[in-house]
Amino acid sequence: MSDSMKTAEVLEGANSMLAFDVERVRADFPILHQEIYGQPLVYLDNGASAQCPRAVIDSMSEVYETYYANVHRGVHYLSQRSTDAFEGAREKVARFINAASADEIVFARGTTEAINLVADSFGRAFLEPGDEVIISHMEHHSNIVPWQLLRDRAGIVLKVIPIDDSGNLVMEAYRELLGPRTKLVAITHVANSIGTIVPVKEVARLAHAVGAKVLIDGAQAVPHLQVDVQDLGVDFYAFSSHKLYGPTGIGVLWGRFDLLNALPPYQGGGDMIQRVTLEKSEFKAAPHRFEAGTPAIVEAVGLGVAIDYVTALGLDNIAAHEHGILAYATAKLSAVEGLEIVGTAEDKAAIVSFTMLGAHPHDIGTILDRTGVAVRAGHHCAEPTMDRFGVDATARASFGLYNTREEVDQLVEGLMLVKEFFG
Amino acid sequence: MFDELRQLYQEVILDHGTQPRNHHALADATCRADGSNPVCGDMLTVYLKLNPDGTVADCAFEGKGCAISMASASMMTELVKGRTVAEVKTLFESFHRLCTEDGYVLDDAEEDADRLNVLAGVREFPVRVKCATLAWHTMNAAMHGDGEISTE
Repeated sequence: MSDSMKTAEVLEGANSMLAFDVERVRADFPILHQEIYGQPLVYLDNGASAQCPRAVIDSMSEVYETYYANVHRGVHYLSQRSTDAFEGAREKVARFINAASADEIVFARGTTEAINLVADSFGRAFLEPGDEVIISHMEHHSNIVPWQLLRDRAGIVLKVIPIDDSGNLVMEAYRELLGPRTKLVAITHVANSIGTIVPVKEVARLAHAVGAKVLIDGAQAVPHLQVDVQDLGVDFYAFSSHKLYGPTGIGVLWGRFDLLNALPPYQGGGDMIQRVTLEKSEFKAAPHRFEAGTPAIVEAVGLGVAIDYVTALGLDNIAAHEHGILAYATAKLSAVEGLEIVGTAEDKAAIVSFTMLGAHPHDIGTILDRTGVAVRAGHHCAEPTMDRFGVDATARASFGLYNTREEVDQLVEGLMLVKEFFG
Repeated sequence: MFDELRQLYQEVILDHGTQPRNHHALADATCRADGSNPVCGDMLTVYLKLNPDGTVADCAFEGKGCAISMASASMMTELVKGRTVAEVKTLFESFHRLCTEDGYVLDDAEEDADRLNVLAGVREFPVRVKCATLAWHTMNAAMHGDGEISTE
């Protein structure tokens, strides 16, 4: 296919989406069209994993059926084609988040590995005992535990920005935590358990004023917001493919090239070395230095196609659609007697966490499941956030680009059944 | 509609689940253990007071969780009292079979054990079996002096 044809196709897609035709979007997702326990599936667990459009699934089959081989090592035709597709995906990621170059894109297994990579490599290169890393009270465990491990290993000090009763970051407290020993601020862009959108640009500006670097956990943000890492002014940005309508097993660490290139390797192995003797090894420059072993080649291609897909729809259109769903869901759920929404920040992504009087979230989840509605129930890998709000768990409806108002209605109907049992 | 849900959330389970019996610490417990299910965050502590002859003098629990785990814990504390450690172990095995084996029922030959049959509905909800058995696993750990267990 020629580039101009591709552009025409993308434009046609974009134009048709000006009004965001959600039914047309839904037709792209094979998994959505089925019944669960005799009820139409309502998939509201996108915050855990979003579903793949057919284009992503087909692209991955195409790799295996036509040009799959290992990358970066073969002189033969298939290896070169695979390498081109794999590196092409890296370029798509770079454009997607407006990185200065594809050399700033490290492929990791997911957000978790990307954060662990920074904790390990940045920690070894730049952190001394007594240096401070700041996180917030609404982090996913994947942005807490790596820093606790680093603290126990390297003697750093871990500090936590509090959040208020609505789930907003307390900026005054943040300013006071910053100081000469602050070396890194590692914070979420969108809180996975309560949906708060963090003012990352301001967080970064304040951190840089004391000479600290900034790492953003963007796992929940990239499916909902147009992310421009240069505009945000951060230093590292991590996200996962599987929350962005791509496959599991692959994610991204973006870092400013000079900074990335100043970090030691994370894991050792093939593909990340310049030269190896039995005495020592020399390493490649970033990003390959951080990609030891055979990467998730097919998944990278799938991620690239997922990025094409959301780009064609337009992140702004997606955000507008999801915002409408969020407003509708918030109003409908608030009207349910005994239901309390946990996390009511003004600036939120399409995530609604809630509790119901007399019904444990786990029971809510089971009952909703039988009505075809998939939500997550539990602590959402954010136990400190649950503690902050004085709850053991919540039920969480997290919406994606294919969700509809009718699905919100089906959720509310399911909650009426919960009340029938527990009301 | 929703017959399996109605089978799971029977009146007696909702009653025990929302107003669990023996839901307190036991100051003179002779053994105790903590149990947790990291998937859903359920955490509970089971206290046992054993008589010198090896029978259960008292049993209580603390903790929070879903209706199934609370109801199961509540009913367990009522049922184990007066039984020997060996009998409790047998009852646990029977209960486990009840939660997982189609068609299995407890008979009433032995001291109210058949009361547990209301929890058989959990079979249709495999991810909830751990909720129903958490208290029992924890009590088993307490009897064996293990102190802490996790259903993961």
